[in-house]
Amino acid sequence: MEQLLLLIFLPLAGAIITVFAGKSAKIVSTVISVASLGLALFIACNFIPNASTQFEANLPWIADLGIRFHAGIDGISMLMVLLTNLLVPIIIFSSYRHDYKNPAAFYALILFMQAGLLLVFTAMDAFLFYIGWEAALIPIYFICAFWGGKDRVRINMKFFVYTIAGSLFMLMGIIYLYLQNPAHNFDIQAFYALNLDSAQQGWIFWAFFIAFAIKMPIFPFHTWQPDTYTAAPTQGTMLLSGIMLKMGIYGVIRWLLPIVPAGVQDWSCLAIVLSIIGIVYASIIAFTQKDAKRLVAYSSIAHVGLISAGIFALNQQGMQGAMVQMLSHGINVVGLFYVLDIIFSRTKTNIIEELGGIAKSAPQLAITFLIIVLGTVALPGTNGFIGEFLLLMGVYNYGIWAATIAGLTIIFGAVYMLRMYQNVMLGKTNELTITFTDIQGTEKLVLYIICALIIILGVYPKPILHLTEASVQHLLEQVNQKLTSVK
Amino acid sequence: MENLTTQMAGVPLNHYIYLCAIIFTIGVIGVLTRRNAIVIFMSVELMLNAVNLLLTAFSVHNNDPSGQVFVFFIMALAAAEVAVGLAIIVMVYRNTKSIDINVLNRLKW
Amino acid sequence: MTIEQLIWLVPLLPLLGFVINGLGRNSLSKGLVGIIGSGVILASFIISVVIFFSLQGDTQKSHEVFLFDWISAGTLHIPLSFLIDPLSSIMLLIITGIGFLIHLYSTSYMHNDEGFGKFFSYLNLFVFFMLLLVLGSNYIVMFIGWEGVGLCSYLLIGFWYTNTAYASAAKKAFVMNRIGDLGFLLGVFLMFNFFGSVEFSKIFPQAANMLPGNNTLVLITILLFIGACGKSAQLPLFTWLPDAMAGPTPVSALIHAATMVTAGIYMIARSSVLFDLAPLTQHIIAIVGITTALIAAIIALTQTDIKKVLAYSTVSQLGYMFLGLGVGAYTGSFFHVLTHAFFKALLFLGAGSVIHAMHHEQDMRHMGGLRKKLPVTFLTMMIGTIAIAGLPPFSGFFSKDEILANAYQYSPILWGVGVLTAFLTSFYMFRMMFLTFSGNYRGTHHEESHVHESPKAMTIPLIILAILAAIGGAINIPHVFGGNEWLAHWLSPVVAQHELDLTHSTEFTLMGVSVVAAIIALLYAYTRYVKGARVPVADEAPRSALAKLSYNKFYLDEIYDFIITKPLDAFSRFFYRIIDTKFIDGIVNGLGWSTNEASKGVRLLQSGNVGFYIFMMVFGIIALLAYTFYYI
Repeated sequence: MEQLLLLIFLPLAGAIITVFAGKSAKIVSTVISVASLGLALFIACNFIPNASTQFEANLPWIADLGIRFHAGIDGISMLMVLLTNLLVPIIIFSSYRHDYKNPAAFYALILFMQAGLLLVFTAMDAFLFYIGWEAALIPIYFICAFWGGKDRVRINMKFFVYTIAGSLFMLMGIIYLYLQNPAHNFDIQAFYALNLDSAQQGWIFWAFFIAFAIKMPIFPFHTWQPDTYTAAPTQGTMLLSGIMLKMGIYGVIRWLLPIVPAGVQDWSCLAIVLSIIGIVYASIIAFTQKDAKRLVAYSSIAHVGLISAGIFALNQQGMQGAMVQMLSHGINVVGLFYVLDIIFSRTKTNIIEELGGIAKSAPQLAITFLIIVLGTVALPGTNGFIGEFLLLMGVYNYGIWAATIAGLTIIFGAVYMLRMYQNVMLGKTNELTITFTDIQGTEKLVLYIICALIIILGVYPKPILHLTEASVQHLLEQVNQKLTSVK
Repeated sequence: MENLTTQMAGVPLNHYIYLCAIIFTIGVIGVLTRRNAIVIFMSVELMLNAVNLLLTAFSVHNNDPSGQVFVFFIMALAAAEVAVGLAIIVMVYRNTKSIDINVLNRLKW
Repeated sequence: MTIEQLIWLVPLLPLLGFVINGLGRNSLSKGLVGIIGSGVILASFIISVVIFFSLQGDTQKSHEVFLFDWISAGTLHIPLSFLIDPLSSIMLLIITGIGFLIHLYSTSYMHNDEGFGKFFSYLNLFVFFMLLLVLGSNYIVMFIGWEGVGLCSYLLIGFWYTNTAYASAAKKAFVMNRIGDLGFLLGVFLMFNFFGSVEFSKIFPQAANMLPGNNTLVLITILLFIGACGKSAQLPLFTWLPDAMAGPTPVSALIHAATMVTAGIYMIARSSVLFDLAPLTQHIIAIVGITTALIAAIIALTQTDIKKVLAYSTVSQLGYMFLGLGVGAYTGSFFHVLTHAFFKALLFLGAGSVIHAMHHEQDMRHMGGLRKKLPVTFLTMMIGTIAIAGLPPFSGFFSKDEILANAYQYSPILWGVGVLTAFLTSFYMFRMMFLTFSGNYRGTHHEESHVHESPKAMTIPLIILAILAAIGGAINIPHVFGGNEWLAHWLSPVVAQHELDLTHSTEFTLMGVSVVAAIIALLYAYTRYVKGARVPVADEAPRSALAKLSYNKFYLDEIYDFIITKPLDAFSRFFYRIIDTKFIDGIVNGLGWSTNEASKGVRLLQSGNVGFYIFMMVFGIIALLAYTFYYI
């Protein structure tokens, strides 16, 4: 319990310290984020990979309303905690090349966001979950608003209104569940135990689904995402794509499936269809994108579509695939955005056609970028393959046509990713890229770590699969049990 | 005194209701049609007093003194209201040299 | 040392070579890189030979070696494990044996290239993945190798990446392979659903008990065949292979002739139990195979780039192999894989030797008369050409005729087209030889003085391969010639066998017809290109309609561009500009806009006129009262 509280409050305390750190904010935030990674690894080492909730903290908070500070870690949460605490130091490292104005605020916001994310991923109380959900949104709003690119005000407004609208639906759902709950509290176990009829479940499903679908994002709730990814500063984009969109997926797994299984069963067909449309649609759009950042943004929509299709297929393979893919996608997409950031900082452009021939002057960058691209296109032996393979198998168990169409991502992914790689890295050098310097210092460090993770997870994914296996199985059993009792 | 009370009790309740409705309506129409702020104030007083009278009448009818207690409260309140309202009107007059309420149309978008 | 203890070394050594050469590509000397790169493959080859012979002496013909659990989720368990049986042991020999010769060749061929270290690391990585492909004991490990070789093919085709056309060719190869890979994956999913496992040792025994024509089996095999089409360059996915010639010539020899492109045949031969039970699929395979063989042969007739001729010839020969698979001659196809590996590797390396001598000139119109200058290359390539033309007693004759005989038994029409293709093959191969080696040199005198025979490191592999191409047929001499069909016996525990039910006289007639066809083609090529000394016309010169069709590759690339690439790009722009930006974003922005507009209208009610406010208030109260009276 102490470990868990420390885990959540360390970044929060770190954020406060960083605010007052002034010029040395970079160092302070690095130390704190690395310390929280260490803490997460320590917790992971002490974590027993079974279905139970461990390191549970259950403290009274707002007693009159039945709100408790109830958080804990099971296999699924553990994975998300690891993802968050792994990516935040990488993201902070990746900012070393930049000299953002007002660094104290910038790094404090990142750490504050980390705290919010950790709260989301460990909360066992719906109210606490909602607090974390919104707390994670506020820092990213400011990061995008103060350090973003051109047209950021309008884009940020869109992003914010989109997500807030989704959150409000979710809040209504939570309050409804609270009122239905005879014990009048927000505890997740009490919500699991509720006996709602299928009409009620349908409404709750939609209330939650819209919130999660916007966050992920699933077609057609996605139009905030490419704009925001393009306009946000790179670290903001990394936070959004690497960790924040996993909030939506995690929400589906933790709060949607077990609470309203009948609603999920009634509507999963639609959810899968939307996800699969998203895969094909976003991939096709990615074909002709001119801005590499926007291309990666659309590819992210395609990947997330596959993850959500795998989850709604409601079977072990799909769910386990989603677990691995959440981690893999986080690592890969952070890597991709980092490479694009490196390119942008040297050539001042991310327009694909204007680049070319970088491999000649920067072979190290070419190799690491290629490994990240291969991870993204799910080549066997990279982390992307494990996730996509299991996800496609999960979708296949749902329906062969679903898997065939979703499987197009294998082909389309290769088309747009290799097209980008070719036009950016290969070919002849031009005036922009002739003076390109190869990666050095922290750039090397970050890219090597990412590449190592891509290959290690691809060759030996067992620790990750093992970590989540029992929890996923338990979750599916819970869902099935509840489904049979409704009928 | 005793005599007066019994005599008044003899007046049917309906008459009070009609009277009060008439006075109240006069007040409402006054508020709606007049443009002089002071006249409007007086119309508002009419409306208040119509209600006061009704409260008193019902209080007697039901043998329940709490209605009359209310009337005292309303009278105190009306006095306070007049004090504040007149102060506002004075301020308005000082600023606009007029107490025509149609001049006060700045309270909009 | 038992097989189990040795086997993991076979793929590990090339991997080690990849790591060492990859990390030391800038620091190690070229000599050292060459020694490490070739040495690890030689070591693997020696171990493979040991394994092969110990398997021959072994009563147990299949060994499974478990390394570690790779993926497990629910009922799905995929171990990383190897399978050694007659089929994979022979593949090991080919991959490491020919692989070593090509590595040796490359030490000289690539010597002046600045990416020498990179080249060897990629080549080693390729061998590693290829070994994984043939050693995997389940379809998923096979798939790792399957996609891994695709990656190496991508890297090596685009080896000279500063040339945009080469980089595009690499991308095309990868994407087309991926189309097949999706089919493969779906087939694997279906198999997992149907058999509950992806292990060969669990699937095949179950399948053996099923009835032929089972619908699921037909679907599985068709999906697997789509995978094979991508990797082994069959219609409609073959256009990547000719473009893949952008890579260095040793790569074309190793990857795009001898090993990777035969992976599809290996996979189908491995799954022959399933394919045997799906007659519909076999039918499709035979037709696709023969069509590919014919079309590729027609295209090869008019090509002027020496490597393009060989590339289309490879596609055509692969078509033969698929024809063999389709008509049930699994051994025959595999036999052709072996002999083809010998003579096609030989021909590519020979072509490389020519290109090397000509200072990277590949157009045959600028060659001619090289026989005197390059005697070893000429002699060895001639052996290869005779072998591919199917003239006895060279290796190609035996393997090709086994396929054709089986095709005749299946359907005489297939046989007829097969013989026609053999005729075309013989013609374009001899055309290539005559254009390159006979007549007079067609370049400048200055260039001619620089033409010289290649160094030993290049000619020795040529000579070894020439010997193999000449005598390689000996491993499966049919009963007709008093042979004992050693290969068929060796593969019988793994690959389904069908006895040929033809009389000896029929067999001799069939052979006679195809040999005569090949000889006629040879003579025709001789009169045309040696006696007539004809040279192919320039690119833009007018051609007859058929020649135009052949020269422009049946316009397949243009057709694909028109029906797939263009519409997808148009869709892409439509989705992005219209649906995303206008429609969905329009709805979202429209919501914001309409809120704005509505508020603009409603705010006019706030006129600021106090009298009006009071009036509205009174009106509201009266309305409420009325409502209360009448409805409650």
